[in-house]
Amino acid sequence: MSQIKSLADLLKKREETRSGLNVRNKAIDPENSVQVKVAMATCGIASGAKPIMEFFVEQLDRRNISGIVTQTGCMGYCYAEPTVEIKLVGKDPVVFGFVDLKRADLIIEKYIKEGELIDGIIPVNYETIDSKE
Amino acid sequence: MSKYSIHLMVCGGTSCHASESDAIVWNLRDELEAKGLSEKVQVILTGCFGFCEKGPIVKVMPDNIFYVQVKPEDAQTIVEEHIIKGKIVDRLLYHDPKTNTTIGDSKHAGIFKKQLRIVLRNCGFINPESIDEYIGRYGYQALGKVLTEMTPQEVIKVIKDSGQRGRGGAGFPTGLKWEIASKSKSDEKYVVCNADEGDPGAFMDRSVLEGDPHSVLEAMAICGYAIGASNGLIYVRAEYPLAVHRLKIAIAQAREYGLLGKDIFGTGFNFDIELRFGAGAFVCGEETALIHSMEGLRGEPSIKPPFPAESGFRGKPTNVNNVETFAAIPVIILKGAEWFSKIGTEKSKGTKVFALAGKINNVGLIEVPMGTTLREIIFEIGGGIRYGKKFKAVQTGGPSGGCLTEHHLDVPIDFDNLVAAGSMMGSGGMIVMDEDDCMVSVAKFYLEFTVEESCGKCSPCRIGNKRLHELLNHITEGKGSLADLDRLRNMSLVIKDTALCGLGQTSPNPVLSTLDNFMDEYVAHVKDKKCPAGKCKNLMEYYIIPENCVGCTACARVCPVNAISGQRKEVHYINPEICIKCGACKEKCKFDAIIIR
Repeated sequence: MSQIKSLADLLKKREETRSGLNVRNKAIDPENSVQVKVAMATCGIASGAKPIMEFFVEQLDRRNISGIVTQTGCMGYCYAEPTVEIKLVGKDPVVFGFVDLKRADLIIEKYIKEGELIDGIIPVNYETIDSKE
Repeated sequence: MSKYSIHLMVCGGTSCHASESDAIVWNLRDELEAKGLSEKVQVILTGCFGFCEKGPIVKVMPDNIFYVQVKPEDAQTIVEEHIIKGKIVDRLLYHDPKTNTTIGDSKHAGIFKKQLRIVLRNCGFINPESIDEYIGRYGYQALGKVLTEMTPQEVIKVIKDSGQRGRGGAGFPTGLKWEIASKSKSDEKYVVCNADEGDPGAFMDRSVLEGDPHSVLEAMAICGYAIGASNGLIYVRAEYPLAVHRLKIAIAQAREYGLLGKDIFGTGFNFDIELRFGAGAFVCGEETALIHSMEGLRGEPSIKPPFPAESGFRGKPTNVNNVETFAAIPVIILKGAEWFSKIGTEKSKGTKVFALAGKINNVGLIEVPMGTTLREIIFEIGGGIRYGKKFKAVQTGGPSGGCLTEHHLDVPIDFDNLVAAGSMMGSGGMIVMDEDDCMVSVAKFYLEFTVEESCGKCSPCRIGNKRLHELLNHITEGKGSLADLDRLRNMSLVIKDTALCGLGQTSPNPVLSTLDNFMDEYVAHVKDKKCPAGKCKNLMEYYIIPENCVGCTACARVCPVNAISGQRKEVHYINPEICIKCGACKEKCKFDAIIIR
């Protein structure tokens, strides 16, 4: 372990450890991060949701986007698996269907970065009790 | 980037530790290994989450789901269901008894609402045995800022402006204390951290040391720079083994990084910290007694002045602050005095950590802004009184404090308001009592503690408290008279005025505050010879209601002293002369025929 000999050393050390703590930091403040939920029920996993989830975890970090990637249960759009729900800060969640690696890349580049909608959005067809409050 | 996408955080505070949280960690790691997930999921042992009532706690990040009362054998379920299938394990979620709902998201649990965590910012969030995680949360940055950008005077000014007051109990302004120490001229000065937490039912300092030891080390170094000291000492009780263990690790790590030792941050500032162990004497929380104990002398207080800031450890200027006071310092430096002074009330700034204990639903560790009311703490964060019983009183300030009643529930808590209400802040223990607690016995319990803990140096404390305790004993045995109540009060006032140190000066407080708030209970004890709460054995009688008794003989068979007589299928009778009031018969009776009167 190297010694910390200046404030710059400390800041460097902090940057090194920062991404390790990111998973926890963002969870405290989900409203200010992009939330990505990957449907990982049997139907989702069977259609290949796992690599999609890993892709999001890896790429958001690599592209320096503050985001929380979590897995969730079946959203009910089994016909369109793998499905991914994206909630941008201050916006309603949007669900994308038939997500493969190429579309995942597009979602990050177009929707998450630019806010531009792309094809393949699934209209939300139900209300939850939360939204009725 | 980090290879882990999920963090499993397991509480490693003393109480969860005692409930096998270590075994949970091992099992989780084994299970992840077996499923080939140990590359993706990190298991971290953290400090106290503050929800001790339902420990051990396991929190899943980034989902922010927390599981309560987890057993080592649940590790498999958590990995298989939550991690692999993404299904939340309902069985392990927290069930809110008030709303009758299950809560998984820690943001929505009552105990976490209304809290603001400054001192506990890292408790339950980082691994206390990793300096890297502390640095990742802006750790040691305040020290860096202070050493490279500020003069000692500027540091003291920030602390003064922030309005921070000592969290050890009396609430002395921290900035002023530092200023006095900085002005003392000496070749050597000392910074001492008082971690001798001794109030019954208090565990705030222990949790900070266990959950975030580096915050205290960093703050001590900042203090050292401000007052011109290069030696730090932490006086911690030997009966806090986990806190001691983590402090040792933290000090070694900080030395290895060069954040303690010589020439810190290349600025030529030297500071190092050593541990001193206390044997667990309550009086050693008093700063002069603490210093004597560290010098190897008897833990007895001495008359102030001279204050430790002028002549303390080994006769050198010494600044003594409490763990909680220190833990807030790095945040104040980084966020500024103005930010800190906006939190809290006019005269008490910032937040206060309380250890909730007693007859309350959510026993645990909480941190709230000063000015929060007792009602919010007890009924919202604490979840109300157990088993739906009636709230009677809350004891704050430990043996030096007093009991507050429902009239005080809406008082905003700060140093001055609590004193005005007849109690004190103390270190932050809060013991909640319900209708079944006898207030005379409560006062007696605290007196018992101070009689035991008195060092015996001055007579008011040594003899006076003993006499007070005898009088209270008398009353609870039904031998008291109304004149005794006057005697209690007079003697209390004399002890308060004449005792040498804080221990003696405050020890009659539990008596005085219960006399003020629960006079009727005292009167019932001495006049009617009855204990309204049914706690004092000599003042109660077990009695069988003839109408309810069916003559099943269950009570007579269970009575250890054969005090119950009566034929089968006939009404039974308890002979009060023989009865030892053990309560076995009442427990056994299926017909609610036995009552205490």
